[in-house]
Amino acid sequence: MPSLPDMTTPNLTALAGQALTESGHVAVPAPDAGQPEFVEFLQRMGDNALILGHRVSEWCGHSPALEEDIALANQALDLIGQCQLWLGLAAEVEGKGRDADALAYLRDAGAFRNLLLVELPNGDFGVTLMRQFLFDAFHIEMLRALKTSSDSRVADIAAKAEKEVAYHLERSADLVIRLGDGTDESRARMQAALTKLWSYTGEMFVDDAVDQAMADAGIAPLPSSLQPAWDKTVAAVLEEATLTAPTGAWQHKGGKKGIHTEHLGYILAEMQFLQRAYPGARW
Amino acid sequence: MSVTTLPPTDQIWEWLSQVPDPEIPVISLTDLGIIRDVEWQGDTLVVTVTPTYSGCPATSVINLDIEAALRAHGIQKLDLKRQLSPAWTTDWITPEGREKLRAYGIAPPVDGTAADGVLAGRVSRLMGNNLTIQCPRCGSTHTQKVSQFGSTPCKASYRCADCLEPFDYFKCI
Repeated sequence: MPSLPDMTTPNLTALAGQALTESGHVAVPAPDAGQPEFVEFLQRMGDNALILGHRVSEWCGHSPALEEDIALANQALDLIGQCQLWLGLAAEVEGKGRDADALAYLRDAGAFRNLLLVELPNGDFGVTLMRQFLFDAFHIEMLRALKTSSDSRVADIAAKAEKEVAYHLERSADLVIRLGDGTDESRARMQAALTKLWSYTGEMFVDDAVDQAMADAGIAPLPSSLQPAWDKTVAAVLEEATLTAPTGAWQHKGGKKGIHTEHLGYILAEMQFLQRAYPGARW
Repeated sequence: MSVTTLPPTDQIWEWLSQVPDPEIPVISLTDLGIIRDVEWQGDTLVVTVTPTYSGCPATSVINLDIEAALRAHGIQKLDLKRQLSPAWTTDWITPEGREKLRAYGIAPPVDGTAADGVLAGRVSRLMGNNLTIQCPRCGSTHTQKVSQFGSTPCKASYRCADCLEPFDYFKCI
């Protein structure tokens, strides 16, 4: 019998390395590997969470009040945690030996599939909150629908994320109301934010071939089917906030297909710097 | 090594109940309700853990702590599995865990989550009530929510209007 390793003194360095490997998805090709639409859809979910999470994290240490700073940092953390789950699954389904980190840090802007809305600059606090509210109201409907996905891995992630996003929506809706129905200054800023962001909301509900394939497979809802619920939430909150949404605004789109605003490249330059400059670096 | 030398799972649960949560060290991982299963598969011990929040930075430390604790008790073949579903809920925090939180100065979660996952606070608010959170220091129910988010993902910030102390509330999820 070979001699046993010392069982009372764990090798913490080795354990740490092992824990790092095990905390992410292991790159084992899934039986359904090679479903390009499914991978595409999972990247959309993961990239929305990653890019918005990164944007929101930019407030850390800069928010107007300590409580806001903490709240934004916590939401960023939730979103980045959700991103790890979505991109981990995307990598698994893709089956090319990549993992969530490789997808986050080693893709160029054209390979990102997030909505344009989430990559827009933070602007003032009003723009940040309004962007969060418009996205949260969409995000919660998407997650609720995904809880009944035909793919149990998708349903599991959605059930987990939905509980977190319920808190995000509660907070962003409360603050849109408080600041919209607030002082002249806060109201003017919230209205300006709404007017600026409105033309980036249409993209959330545009169905394309990927969405159709997902709906046919029972994996995900058609985005257009989420719009009535979103309209209802947004209308109720805006009314209470005494804010008016623009009508007939031109709607930008392209993010879901990898056609982005100039802002995404700058986010990636900062977010990916370390892995690009020092490939494979870990700590 | 014969199978009979493997410690029983009751013993493993007991060991895990000694592993503190890295961020709230007064409660253990079993108090928190994140250990979902412990079983032997052959001579490999499989411990199933569920994360509290998707992005909780303590998750990897928790895995490391579980592994270190079990290795220290002589477990050699260990497989840590992550299980997302059913998603963790504060309902799984044990009564002892809740008391330990209160004694430590963190108000424990009030009520539970409904079967459909709707948060107790939201249901209560829709019914026109606000959840009453008791100050863990002086016991007053005259408290105010400062922010739904606090010093860790699982907590909200409150303030006691009587003793004037700020405190954390372990929010329902």
